[in-house]
Amino acid sequence: MSTPIETDVVIVGAGPVGLFAVFELGLYDLKCHLIDILDRPGGQCAELYPEKPIYDIPAWPEISGQALVDRLMEQIAPFKPEFHFNRMVSGFRKLENGRFEVETDEGELLHCHAVVIAAGGGSFQPKRPPVPGIEAYEGTSVFYSVRRMEEFRGQDLLIVGGGDSALDWTLNLQPVAKSVTLVHRRPDFRAAPDSVNKMFAMREEGKITFQVGQVSGLKGEGGQLTAATVKGPDGEIDLACTRMLPFFGLTMKLGPIADWGLNQHENLLTVDTEKFETSIPGVFAIGDINWYPGKLKLILSGFHEAALMTQAVARIAHPDQKMVFQYTTSSTSLQKKLGVQ
Amino acid sequence: MTKITLVAFDGTRFDIDAVNGSTVMENAIRNSVPGIEAECGGACACATCHVYVDEQWTDTVGSPEPMEEDMLDFAFDVRPTSRLSCQIKVRDELDGLVVHVPERQA
Repeated sequence: MSTPIETDVVIVGAGPVGLFAVFELGLYDLKCHLIDILDRPGGQCAELYPEKPIYDIPAWPEISGQALVDRLMEQIAPFKPEFHFNRMVSGFRKLENGRFEVETDEGELLHCHAVVIAAGGGSFQPKRPPVPGIEAYEGTSVFYSVRRMEEFRGQDLLIVGGGDSALDWTLNLQPVAKSVTLVHRRPDFRAAPDSVNKMFAMREEGKITFQVGQVSGLKGEGGQLTAATVKGPDGEIDLACTRMLPFFGLTMKLGPIADWGLNQHENLLTVDTEKFETSIPGVFAIGDINWYPGKLKLILSGFHEAALMTQAVARIAHPDQKMVFQYTTSSTSLQKKLGVQ
Repeated sequence: MTKITLVAFDGTRFDIDAVNGSTVMENAIRNSVPGIEAECGGACACATCHVYVDEQWTDTVGSPEPMEEDMLDFAFDVRPTSRLSCQIKVRDELDGLVVHVPERQA
């Protein structure tokens, strides 16, 4: 357990709405820490559609997901937000002094006046292939990521997928594993052409096996995998293996936030439309993760919610201060905070 | 209006009057067809609106573009008739189209 980080606000999720919340909160001198499961800011904009155009951001007739994220990062830079990437929020509790403690799955503790959940569709997690009984092998024989290559030493490895993760691990684990079989549903790959060429070269040299097909079943006992059934163009075959690494991209799940005791509406967090506060005072939800009558899942709605949420958070953080509403265009004090004065 | 039919995994048929230019996915969502998730909202970025085009219609509907083919790698139990329904635009020639929803998306 580390020494807790003391801050004003913890924002769960570093997508566009979480990022813009840093700006609104920053105008009221509220310092933010952001936690995100991805390794970079942007959430869905960066993960799902970085190059695809968005047409409904006010004053941007067309902007790509990544460009929007880049602009937001530029806009919030004066407020020096601190990011905790590759982390998931695992724990949450109210402290005796009225503040909150948020814990990450890496054991970091953050103390704050308010928690803002801007988690969009939830946290990105690896997709589990719908292979019957796969759960029984997860964590013992089936892994969705490689934490330490040594864990695969001497194993008969089955890697499934056609993207960069599948190809990179095929190339990197080949020298470590006893054998490597790559399974993909077609002979074309979306991974970097260089990796694909290297993989085919390795196959020429007999170092790896490549099989066209889709995994339809697993064989083994007590969590120990012995073979995978692969449905290919010539019917089903069994491929002997002791470890399987499926790489089917990411999906979104609400995750541990679902267990915080917050009121929900179809897996979304119920909030009011004045403060965007959840059923726990001091815990707010903005963007795609929240629900209220008339809710629209639009980035621009999330921006509006961030501004109103900030008014409520500022009152919690500075209960004795009079709230003065100011415009960035005319307020010298706001301009000083933005570094333009 | 063009008539299209989505068949849910449990066999329930959804006969829909679709506007030309709309996507099959949009019509599925509007009519709450179970099994079409469309997580990314139609950006061809998630493969959770995977459908099987009825064999009689595969030629008329056509094959996926390379980007869609890449995205189908994220779907499960992909077959030669697999398409992402967000990439099928409704048009006159598709009057009577039948597509089948797979058991699960992800």
